[in-house]
Amino acid sequence: MLSPDIVGRTFVGANSFPVTQESITEFCRAIGEPDFSVAPPTFSIKITLAESETLLKDSGLDWNRVVHGEQRFEINRPIIAGDSLRCSSTIEGARMVAGNEIVSVRSDLHHESELVASSWSTLVVRA
Amino acid sequence: MSNYLVGQELPPQSFTINRELLIGYANASGDQNPIHQDEAFAKSVGLENVIAHGMFTMALAGRYASAIAGSSAVKEFSARFLKPVVVPAGVDVELIVSGKVVEILGSAIKLEITAMCGDIKVLGMSKAVVEVK
Repeated sequence: MLSPDIVGRTFVGANSFPVTQESITEFCRAIGEPDFSVAPPTFSIKITLAESETLLKDSGLDWNRVVHGEQRFEINRPIIAGDSLRCSSTIEGARMVAGNEIVSVRSDLHHESELVASSWSTLVVRA
Repeated sequence: MSNYLVGQELPPQSFTINRELLIGYANASGDQNPIHQDEAFAKSVGLENVIAHGMFTMALAGRYASAIAGSSAVKEFSARFLKPVVVPAGVDVELIVSGKVVEILGSAIKLEITAMCGDIKVLGMSKAVVEVK
C-alpha cells in the first residue's frame, strides 16, 4: 500500500520525448486513423503511462497489479511532429476503495514553455 | 453557427478488435503488457482470455470523435474502463461506438460516447468536447 504522503509527489522526466512523424503515423495506423497530419487525441498516453509507471514504482506500488480505471485528456493543441515533449507527473490522490487502492496521476506535457496537453489517469491496484 | 442540437444522436460506427491489431497497438503505444497478447499468460493471472488494452478501445472511440471534424478539433476526451474487451484467437470482435450531443459550448459540442461489445458496455462516462466551427 502507498503511504498518504505520496500525494502531491511530482516526477519530472529527465528526458524530453521527440515526436516524429513516424511515431504519429505508426500510432494512426495501429488504431486505423486515416489522417496522419496530427497526433490522435489519445497519442500522449504513449509518453505519460511510462512516466506514471516510473513514478508509482518509485513510490513502492506493485505495477503488475495495476489496472487502468479512468482516463481523461485536455488538449490545448494537437501534438505534431517536431514537438519535443517534457512530461511532469503528479500523484493527485490515493485512496482505498473496497480493498483496492486507487491512485490518480496528472501528467502535463510541455513543448518548451507551452502546455500542449494534460491528462489524468486513474489506476486501480488490485488487492 | 453549429448545426448540432442538444439531444441529437450521431450515427453509430463499427470498429474491429483482433489479436493482430492488439500487437500493432502494443508496438505503436509501447504498452507490451502480455495480458494483451499472450493467452496463456492472461489466463495465468485469472483473465478469461487475452483482453484489449483499455487505451486501444478508447483510441477507437477517439477515432469516432476525430471523424466529426478531425483530430485537431478534439479538445477534451475522457472515459472510464468498465469491462475488458475479451479477444479470443482468430476472432474479430466488433466494437460499436455511438454518440449523443449533451451540450453546446459556443463553437464546440460535448458528446456522450457509448462503446459496446455485443450487449456489454465497455466504456462508461465517456465524454468528448469537439470544436465544430
